[in-house]
Amino acid sequence: MSSDRLKIVWIYPDLLSTYGDQGNTIVLERRAKLRGIPYETVHVRSDQPVPTDGHVYLLGGGEDRPQILAAQRLRADGGLHRAAERGAVVFAVCAGYQLLGTQFGGEEGQPVQGLGLLDITSGRGERRAVGEIVGDVAPELNMPRITGFENHQGVTRLGPGARPLARVVHGVGNGDGYEGAYAGRIIGTYMHGPALVRNPALADLLLRWAIGQDLPPIDDTWANRLREERLNAVLS
Amino acid sequence: MSDLPLRSQLAVALGRTAAKMSRLAGRGDGSVIGGRVGLALDPELLTRLARDRKLVLVSATNGKTTTTRLITAAMTPLGEVATNAFGANMPTGHVSALAAAPDARYGVLECDEKYVPMVLAETGANVVALMNLSRDQMDRAAEIWLLAGKWRKALETSPQSHVVANCDDPLVTWGASGAKSVTWVAAGQHWREDSWCCPECGGPLDRDDQDWRCRQCTFARPRPDWVLHGDVVTAPDGRSFPLTGLSLPGRANRSNAAIALAVVAQFGVQPEQALPLLAQVKSVAGRYTTVEHEGRRIRLLLSKNPAGWLEAFDVLQPAPGPVVLSINAQGPDGRDTSWLWDVDYRILRGRPVWVTGERRIDMAVRLEAAEVPFTVVDDIEQAVMAVPPGHLDVIANYTAFQNIRARYGRVV
Repeated sequence: MSSDRLKIVWIYPDLLSTYGDQGNTIVLERRAKLRGIPYETVHVRSDQPVPTDGHVYLLGGGEDRPQILAAQRLRADGGLHRAAERGAVVFAVCAGYQLLGTQFGGEEGQPVQGLGLLDITSGRGERRAVGEIVGDVAPELNMPRITGFENHQGVTRLGPGARPLARVVHGVGNGDGYEGAYAGRIIGTYMHGPALVRNPALADLLLRWAIGQDLPPIDDTWANRLREERLNAVLS
Repeated sequence: MSDLPLRSQLAVALGRTAAKMSRLAGRGDGSVIGGRVGLALDPELLTRLARDRKLVLVSATNGKTTTTRLITAAMTPLGEVATNAFGANMPTGHVSALAAAPDARYGVLECDEKYVPMVLAETGANVVALMNLSRDQMDRAAEIWLLAGKWRKALETSPQSHVVANCDDPLVTWGASGAKSVTWVAAGQHWREDSWCCPECGGPLDRDDQDWRCRQCTFARPRPDWVLHGDVVTAPDGRSFPLTGLSLPGRANRSNAAIALAVVAQFGVQPEQALPLLAQVKSVAGRYTTVEHEGRRIRLLLSKNPAGWLEAFDVLQPAPGPVVLSINAQGPDGRDTSWLWDVDYRILRGRPVWVTGERRIDMAVRLEAAEVPFTVVDDIEQAVMAVPPGHLDVIANYTAFQNIRARYGRVV
C-alpha cells in the first residue's frame, strides 16, 4: 500500500447505486476495521473528479441511462484509467461491470463505448436473468464458491485479455456458462448490489491485493451462515 | 350501471360471483379474481365502468394505499366513493372496486406505478395524484427513471387529467410535467438517493434544503401551490392548517395528508371540511395498527423499501424502546434482499433489536455490519414474549407483515 491508509473509492453513487451497492463499501470498511487497518472511504459523485490515489475502486449497478452517463463521464475524467494503470484494485458489479468493457448495450440495444479497462463486450440478451447465482471460482484465485443475486439483461463475451471469474453452477451470469471476468486486479461480476456480503473471501482478495499482504482471519459466523443458507436454497 | 351493455353487465355479475366464491374459500377479499373474470368477458370493462364518474388515480412508490384511504375519507361529503381499499391496485382491482359501487359518482383508485399509463388511457381519470418515486423491489418493479418517462408520455396524451404532484421529488416532478395542468404540492422528500441527477438531461441537481435545480439545463423545482412545512399545510390562498389532529403518525403521513387536501380541493372540498375526516383514519390495511397481546402493545409498521424504512424509523418509540424487524423475500417482497444495504440501521443502536422472518440471517449480517446488537429468533412470538410488557414496535416487509397481522388479528 502506497500510503498509510487504505483508500476506498466508491465511484458515482449518484448514477451507479441502485440496489444495496453501498454494501460493498461497508463490507470492506468493516473487514479493514476488524483487522486494525486504517481506512478512509471517498464517495465520488459524477460531477467530481475521480481521485487517482485510491487503493480499491467500487462501481455499482444502474439503469440504462445512468450507465451511459457514467461511462461518458468516466472516460472524460480519466481518473479511473490512471488508477488502474497504477495497479489499483477495481471491483465492479452489473452495469459497472459492463461499462468497464470496450462496449455495452444502451437503452435500445445500441452499442455504447465503454472504458476499455476489461477485455469484454456486452450486449442485450433476449431475456432478463433474475435470481440467485452460484459459481465455482477460477482455481487460480483459490477461493470458495461465489453466491449472489443477479438481475440483468446483459450478455457478456470475454476477449483474450480477460478470464472468467467463475463457472456458473446455478443462474445465468455472462450467458455462456461463465460468470464475471477478471484481469490483473480488476474484477467484474453480474452478482448485483452488495456482492461482497455473501463472499467474504472475495472481499479479502480485494483487500489483500490492495495492501499487499495476507490478512488474519476474522469472525465470519453470520456471513457463513448466510452463505450456507443461500447455497442450500438453490442447490438442494 | 344499468346503461352498461348487456355483455358488460354479465361480466360484472360473473366477476362478483367469482369474488364471492373466493371470499367464501378464504382466499382474500376476491377483488383480483373478480376483476379478472370481468375483464376476460369484456376487455373494455374498466373504460365502461369509469364512464360518467369523477375518478382520482393515486400512485407512488410509497404511501399509495394510505393516501387513497385519506382522499376517499375526505371525499365522503360529495357522496358515495368507489375505492380499492385493499391495495388491489392493478386493473383487475379497479374493475372490482368500480363494479362494487355501481352508483358511486366518484372513485379513488390506488394504482400500481407501472399501470398508470394503461389505467389513465382506459379511464381518462380527472385527477392523478403522484407522490414519490424511489428504488423498490427491482426484481419485479420497473426502473424508476423509465417509469417516470412513461408517466410523462401518458399524461401528455391525457390533457383532460389534472395532476396533483409532489414537487419536492424531482423524478415525480419530471413525470408530472407532461400534464397540461398541475397543482404542485411541496410535500417533502426524505429519501434522496435516487434524485441526484436531472431526469431531463442527466446533469447534477443542486439541492438546497427543499429547493432543487439542474446545474446544466432549465429543469428546476416548480413554485409550489401547497406547502407542507413541519406539521402545517399552507393552501394556495395562504391559509394555514395544522395537521396535528391526524391519527396516522409521522412525517410521511403528513405528506400523504397534504396531497389528499390538494386533491379534494379539486372537487371543492375545503381543508377545514377535509381535515376532521382525515383525522378519523386511524390505520390503513393493518398499517400503524396496535394489537394487544399478553400485555404487550404491538404496533405494526410496514416497510417495503429503503425510503419506507426511513419513514418507519421516523415514527418509532424513542430509544430504548424495543424493535422487532421481520424480513421475508417472497414474490411480493422481492426475492432479493440487497436493499437492506441501502438502509442505515445505525439509528437502532441503543435499543433491544429482535430479528425474525424467513431472511433473518440477511438482516443479522446487515445489523452486524452496522454495529447494532441484535437477537435472532425463529418467530415473532419469541420476540414478543422476550420483551417486557409495554410498547413494542414491529417493522416488517410485505408478506412478513401479513403473517404477523394474521397471527395477531386482522384489524383494519
